[in-house]
Amino acid sequence: MDATTGFPVPRLIDIEGLGDLFEVLVSEGYHVIGPVVQDGAIVLRELTSPAELPFGWGVRLEPGGYQLRRREDAAVFGHAAGPQSWKRFLHPPRERLWSADRTPEGFEISAAEDEPPQYAFLGVRPCDLRAIGLQDRVLAHPASRYAGRRAGVFIVAVNCTEPGETCFCASMNAGPGAGPGFDLALTELIDEAGHRFLVDVSSEAGADIITRVDSEGADDKTVRRARSAVELAAGRMGRHLDGGGLRELMADSYRAARWDEVASRCLTCGNCTLACPTCFCTTVQDSTDLTGEHAERWERWDSCFDLDFSYLHGGSVRPSAASRYRQWLTHKLGSWHDQFGSSGCVGCGRCIVWCPVGIDLTEEVKALRAEHEQEAMAQAAAGEGTGDGWPARAGDLVKEKS
Amino acid sequence: MIVEFASWLDKLTPPAPATPPMRPSRYVVVSRRAENSDTVTLLLRPVDHPIPTPLPGQFTMLYAYGVGEVPVSISGISDAVDPRDQVLVHTIRAVGAVTRALCEVFPGDMLGVRGPFGTDWHVAGADGRDMLIVAGGIGLAPLRPVLLTALALRARYDRVVLLAGARSPADLIFSRELDIWRSRGADVRVTVDHGHDRWAGRVGLVTELIGDAIADPAGTAAFVCGPEIMMRLAAETLVTCGVPAAGIRVSLERNMRCGTALCGHCQLGPLLLCRDGPVVGYDQAAPLVAIEEL
Repeated sequence: MDATTGFPVPRLIDIEGLGDLFEVLVSEGYHVIGPVVQDGAIVLRELTSPAELPFGWGVRLEPGGYQLRRREDAAVFGHAAGPQSWKRFLHPPRERLWSADRTPEGFEISAAEDEPPQYAFLGVRPCDLRAIGLQDRVLAHPASRYAGRRAGVFIVAVNCTEPGETCFCASMNAGPGAGPGFDLALTELIDEAGHRFLVDVSSEAGADIITRVDSEGADDKTVRRARSAVELAAGRMGRHLDGGGLRELMADSYRAARWDEVASRCLTCGNCTLACPTCFCTTVQDSTDLTGEHAERWERWDSCFDLDFSYLHGGSVRPSAASRYRQWLTHKLGSWHDQFGSSGCVGCGRCIVWCPVGIDLTEEVKALRAEHEQEAMAQAAAGEGTGDGWPARAGDLVKEKS
Repeated sequence: MIVEFASWLDKLTPPAPATPPMRPSRYVVVSRRAENSDTVTLLLRPVDHPIPTPLPGQFTMLYAYGVGEVPVSISGISDAVDPRDQVLVHTIRAVGAVTRALCEVFPGDMLGVRGPFGTDWHVAGADGRDMLIVAGGIGLAPLRPVLLTALALRARYDRVVLLAGARSPADLIFSRELDIWRSRGADVRVTVDHGHDRWAGRVGLVTELIGDAIADPAGTAAFVCGPEIMMRLAAETLVTCGVPAAGIRVSLERNMRCGTALCGHCQLGPLLLCRDGPVVGYDQAAPLVAIEEL
């Protein structure tokens, strides 16, 4: 027992132990979701057996490119973030909110009353764990459907020892070590002592599950080796983003020329918003059946790149691609702070990989920063004030809000 | 690493807002009054548990069965003591499929209502001051409860002035009420963009009426609602006349889907207008509405 946390000191399990962990979770009634190789990518879906995990598969990432590759070892978690994220399960792409039926006096509304499934997420990367925390902040209002699904989730995180070419979680302080919010966290070790996983425990539920898995106490040397593998990963990020003052940079960059430049490449397809683990925007669709006796309201993911997203009678508020890319980036890195108290980016790199034209968020920020600095120098030379950002945080500004 | 995360986590423990009501309450239409060719005023009474009574400036999401839902500011005040006697007043202009369906209802028809959402006009902030209401077109609807509140508490305000603009005399709303408001102590001035042969009133932009309507700029509380460009021009004129930007309140509009700060549609820079708006001070709105396509 660790005196400071009250949870067991790190344990060690082997490949069989990983299988045991899966079995214990299934026996507890969890639907275990994890990474599997499917359709040329590592995707997330319900596992029927631990053998489905992507043993020996890695990925090669580049702006606008994703390729599976065979690894020289049999690592299970030796791959970076795939096209999907866990929001697919916690904040589903399509969901019925309620249905209504015609009655003589009008209509009657019935809530969708399906029980949320009890999920165990196996292999949550630190960037994605942080992303779940960010979506919690936005969506987990008490008694919301999101909160209902989220409450019962058992999280097995995986500390990252092999960041990809487009990863920059270290810049966003979201990895490569798993932050708070997991029940168990694995660190995969493949060395002369074999293929093993160091298991950190961070909840009662985690402690309860791990005691039912065949494990041994981890010796100091193994613990040190695991920790140092994660620390080394921080230095091997394929991308870097200067995270300082991003909120201010975004607020000062609304009239930057760079937006037109990026808009000349951006297809406004919305792939980045679908792949992003924190993008949460939704719209609703109302419909009836052919008889008109039955109506439903569905919620589905929406994207700020869609022209209809900002539609008001008379037209869209953001007709240009430049304004829509600007909305996405300034929200993610800037106004997210005003609205939800932190950055909305976790540095997973998905938006870079899944952009069909390979727009690289880290490059765009660099360009905006360079433009801003140039502008500031020019203004200083001319003796003018700098920036056109808003004066203070939204929370301070809405004074009358009760 | 863990320590850094801990400080981040502290920031992430916000006071959770109350349950977002995604399910509409049913209301029945008790009266429908045509304001002009495309605008109607509906009075609604609760069938189910009533929503909390909205404050002037707040909005609800109105649902037309099977067609959809739109945000509509309330255009009247309900002083019912018993919530079951609550009457919601909305004035709706038919501009799309849902608003058309809402405008075509008859007394006895049923609608869904969610809300109330957003910030209010904060009428109490104008106590002891001159009240100046500037409305453009349908923008008079969200301001009507401000005027009604001011007239009900007339002694609290020095002057109560309403400047109302419309495209043409036929586009004016609440035209039958203007004289009633005048008789109750409001200085009501109306202008239209284009008159006609029988129009003896003023022709011109509503912003042109502002200069003459202000007696004590520093002691004026202004409430402005209309098309965004009209609100900008009106607010800038007010500022030029000496009214402090913080004393000017405007009601901003963006696409709204949820009303509960969950869907992301109504962003205006750092603001989620369904939560931080629709009514904001012009000191806050000015730098935002000045940015094109924000």
